[in-house]
Amino acid sequence: MNVAESRLALPLAALFVAFFVAPLVVLIVLSLHGEVAMRTWTLANYVKFFTDSFNYSILWSTLLLGVKATLLCVGFGYPIAWLCARSSARMQSVMVFLVILPILTSVVVRTFSWIVILGRQGIINQVLLWLGVAHEPIRLLYTEVGVVMVLAQVQMPLMVLPILTVMSKIDPNLGDASRVLGAGEWRTLWRITIPLSLPGVIAGCILTYTACITAFVTQTLIGGARLIYMPLHIYQQAIGANNWPFAAAISIVFMVAVLVIVGVLGAIGRASETYARP
Amino acid sequence: MHAPRHALDWEAASLRVVFVAATLVAMVFLIAPTIIVLITSLTASESLKFPPSGLSLRWYYALLDADQMQRAAWNSLIIACWTTVIAVVLGTGASLAIARSRSKWMRACDLLFMSPLLLPALAYGFAALVYINKLGFSPSIALLVLGHVVVCVPFVLRTTIASLSQLDPSLFDASYSLGGGQWMTFRRVTLPLIAPGLGAGAFLAFMASFDNVPVSLFLADERTEVLPIHLWQQIDSNLDVRTAAASGLIVIFTLALMLIVERMVGLTRQMR
Repeated sequence: MNVAESRLALPLAALFVAFFVAPLVVLIVLSLHGEVAMRTWTLANYVKFFTDSFNYSILWSTLLLGVKATLLCVGFGYPIAWLCARSSARMQSVMVFLVILPILTSVVVRTFSWIVILGRQGIINQVLLWLGVAHEPIRLLYTEVGVVMVLAQVQMPLMVLPILTVMSKIDPNLGDASRVLGAGEWRTLWRITIPLSLPGVIAGCILTYTACITAFVTQTLIGGARLIYMPLHIYQQAIGANNWPFAAAISIVFMVAVLVIVGVLGAIGRASETYARP
Repeated sequence: MHAPRHALDWEAASLRVVFVAATLVAMVFLIAPTIIVLITSLTASESLKFPPSGLSLRWYYALLDADQMQRAAWNSLIIACWTTVIAVVLGTGASLAIARSRSKWMRACDLLFMSPLLLPALAYGFAALVYINKLGFSPSIALLVLGHVVVCVPFVLRTTIASLSQLDPSLFDASYSLGGGQWMTFRRVTLPLIAPGLGAGAFLAFMASFDNVPVSLFLADERTEVLPIHLWQQIDSNLDVRTAAASGLIVIFTLALMLIVERMVGLTRQMR
């Protein structure tokens, strides 16, 4: 409205410059040096990352892990949001409450309970053995299937809430019009509801994806020490190997990869918005 | 006329059945872990078997002697409180500026303030460690709080900006024309109206800080060990049943807080 009001953002902007932008700049500078003292400039850290297949296979599996968990979230999150948007106000509150419960419960606690569920003598294995589906306990803990399942549970709210927001704004007359004109429920879903709620789905995908690939606690506790993803890789290089310049380079590569993916998804999201409003 | 109507009903039913089934599966999937933690924490035995062979509160009593865990919990609580206070004060100002301005600078600020939500938090935590190390500081509670504010303030901004954008601008004109100054208008008109959004944001920021691992991992030292990291290390090394009791306590604490916040500001409405 006026200059005086935009000044209200200054304290937070100052904190961000001093404690967010500056650290990232220092990180970039450090990644271009061979040692922490930062005397000579070099690209050696990046060369090392991209010439060693071990490194980029970790990057690749991390990015893929996010895709798998995000797809699982869309598959289950969309029906939840769809049903929620069609429920009474009271039922809606209950459903949203249940959906946000996991994201507010400490991530360490959530992951801990999954260890009890997925373990060799965990609930899933007990049920499978009892049903006779499996004859010996199957390995779920320390496998990628386990990690994907847990990530989907932990990050589901980030998918459901944006879809729900967009879906409750869709004019119900559109669905009625579609049905009056003879389209069935499935056709109405494909041709009306899904295209119109696409911006919410994309927003949900961006949030779940970025949360899944950086979920350090879940990845390390459920994935164990042998499944290495980027966050653990950074941590091991920084604290375990004490190789700060290389850890900095890995961090930068990871951040750039995330930014590219968010940028592409964001562009798709904007395109889908214009599609929704012809 | 009969056949198509029949087909239509069947189709509507099939869609509902598929979506209700998917929702039910997802809901079980979402809620079961919370319930299982609570039941496991009541076990009477030395192991984490589910279902437990007997129920007792012995592991909750055992927490009374867990000095290290208690110290970590206390640290986490203090850090989360400071983080919330700072995030709310700075976040309210920034929200007012962002919600009422259309300038390019404010759009850029909005993007900047939201970016900690999208960037890998662990990479930021490491960057912060490198940075304070270069400046010659060593990790401390104050620096840890600042790091938490950066990653938690987006929660305050999101809900507060959403509440602000729903306000009717004529309310401010009315207040000004009745002689209310800027501060008076903020305190008597704006603040009461955005309080629910601000409250929900503060709650989310508090929980995010209390639960933060990626930043604390780098900025906390031996003295400032926080609860989630302590528990993470416990789970990673030896599965102590006291961890289950601590987890049970956290679940109860979270549920109680959620219900209070829902009653006070309508948490579920603010998050949509």
